[in-house]
Amino acid sequence: MAHLTDEQLKNLEGVACQIRQDIVEMLLEAKSGHSAGPLGMTDVFTILYFTDAIKQDPKNPNMEERDRIILSNGHICPVQYAAMARAGYFPVDELKTLRKFGSRLQGHPHREKLPGIETSSGPLGSGLSQAAGMAYGFKSDGKKNQVVCLMGDGELDCGQIWEAAMWAGKNKLDNLTAIIDRNNIQIDGFTEDVMPLEPLKQKFEAFGWHVLEIDGNNLRDVHDAIFEARAIFEKPVCIIAHTIPGKGVDFMEFDFTWHGKPPNAEEGKKALEELRTLGGKIKSESQ
Amino acid sequence: MLKLEAKLNPKLFQADIEQEPIRFGFGRGLVAAGKENPNVVALCADLTASVKMDDFKKEFPNRFVEVGIMEQHMASLAAGMAAVGKIPFIASYAMFSPGRNWEQVRTNLCYNDSNVKIAGSHAGVSVGPDGATHQAIEDIAITRVLPRMTVLVPCDSVEAEKATIATAKIKGPAYIRLAREKTPIMTTKETPFEIGKAEIFREGKDVAIIACGQLVYTALKAAEELVKDGIEATIINNHTIKPMDETTILRLAEQTGAVVTAEEHQIAGGMGSAVAEILARNHPVPMEFVGVRDRFGESGEPNELLEKFGMGVKDIVEAVKKIVARKK
Repeated sequence: MAHLTDEQLKNLEGVACQIRQDIVEMLLEAKSGHSAGPLGMTDVFTILYFTDAIKQDPKNPNMEERDRIILSNGHICPVQYAAMARAGYFPVDELKTLRKFGSRLQGHPHREKLPGIETSSGPLGSGLSQAAGMAYGFKSDGKKNQVVCLMGDGELDCGQIWEAAMWAGKNKLDNLTAIIDRNNIQIDGFTEDVMPLEPLKQKFEAFGWHVLEIDGNNLRDVHDAIFEARAIFEKPVCIIAHTIPGKGVDFMEFDFTWHGKPPNAEEGKKALEELRTLGGKIKSESQ
Repeated sequence: MLKLEAKLNPKLFQADIEQEPIRFGFGRGLVAAGKENPNVVALCADLTASVKMDDFKKEFPNRFVEVGIMEQHMASLAAGMAAVGKIPFIASYAMFSPGRNWEQVRTNLCYNDSNVKIAGSHAGVSVGPDGATHQAIEDIAITRVLPRMTVLVPCDSVEAEKATIATAKIKGPAYIRLAREKTPIMTTKETPFEIGKAEIFREGKDVAIIACGQLVYTALKAAEELVKDGIEATIINNHTIKPMDETTILRLAEQTGAVVTAEEHQIAGGMGSAVAEILARNHPVPMEFVGVRDRFGESGEPNELLEKFGMGVKDIVEAVKKIVARKK
């Protein structure tokens, strides 16, 4: 692995900005869906789909040697769909079919609809178990595939997450990396008000995991953490990615009311303008 | 009279007929499936000996996975293993799997079309002394309602062995219902078994008794009693609840004009309900249902409980007499 060069970083920033615009446009078109999580996790998905962090081939989504990306908190799928489309898994035009009748882009992802989706998800709490099953299967067959599981922090309320954490720790699944979107919000409010999760790092460590804490909106940090996770032997790795919910759209940032709703037409226009002009710093062609 | 082609145990009605818990057949079948296919793996939630996974564990220690008391995790974990080519069998008591982990079974196994097989042991009130908390009498209902799920209720240990080997060969999620207590071994190695094909064990013109699990034996005994009243019953071992053998059931309903179903399960949503769905659509005939009537079980000896909850020989006999009278 090499660290990202300045040029790579610049390109990735452009990709992330494009994905954020895609997310807003998709939600505007769908008129329902989740805003905060997808925008907050855009930088993580940019690294997953646009660097060598994950072995994959968008033109051959079933390639046997591919690493597995498991999205446990299925409701943030707009960011995965946008990243996949931009990476070449399917036509970008299809993004506007999100949540519509006949679309491959279901409201919560369905494995059989869209090649490249590894499991159907939506009901929270079961992704880490499935990822652990895949990691265990690869290890027992002596295969090198890596498994990355993305989870929300509110999702950690689910007891099953801790069942999986305990089991993966016991089985020393060093080919398993969990990335937690630590954005501190869930539907009913801030995580620490709804159901306190801290001290989160110590909790995972107590379950036998190696834990990294990073700025989940810093592309370099995300990139380096995923490779650092590969270097840890004997333990599964948990990356606590501190993110800003709604990142990139000023009026959505840090506001839990944006967890589960889309912008309306006016809000969408404002959000896109902000994204296209880097917060008013540059002129947009669409202005 | 008994159907010869079914090749039933010659000691069928003798006092010394061999008895064995149905779950023992699962244990043997799992080892056989493991020998046939190296991708078969076994996952257990802290009940290895009790659900008879111990032989597989001994034979294939590297393919046995201890999950601890985590039935929800176990279902999802198995889905993950299946996604990378394994054929996982997950076992616990039916009350906990597919009871406690039903949503994981629905989303991770069925919606994903995952090649995972669930063995639910200790089903029915015949679990006995453990009491109502451990007596799964809803499991057929909650599994048969799931798209893609195959649901099997073997009638004895010999059939359970065949069912286990057969499920390893079909693609997609499957549920095998097992029981704890010793029950008569009514079938033999030669008795035909095919998923989705109901077996006729006895032929009679007056009524068709469609049973599953150990109540197939109860039904056979009831049929012998009924002869005294001049009633000849057909007995169907309806081991595949889903996909159910509509052809056989419709043919026998047409031939006899009266159907009694018998299962160690809630009447609501169970095997009998599935039969009723088929008959109501195609060929309605008078029906009676033998099973648990919207109640929970309790502690006791298996036979005491089967009688108390209305699943004894006498209950099937009464149901048949009632329906034959209705027919006239």
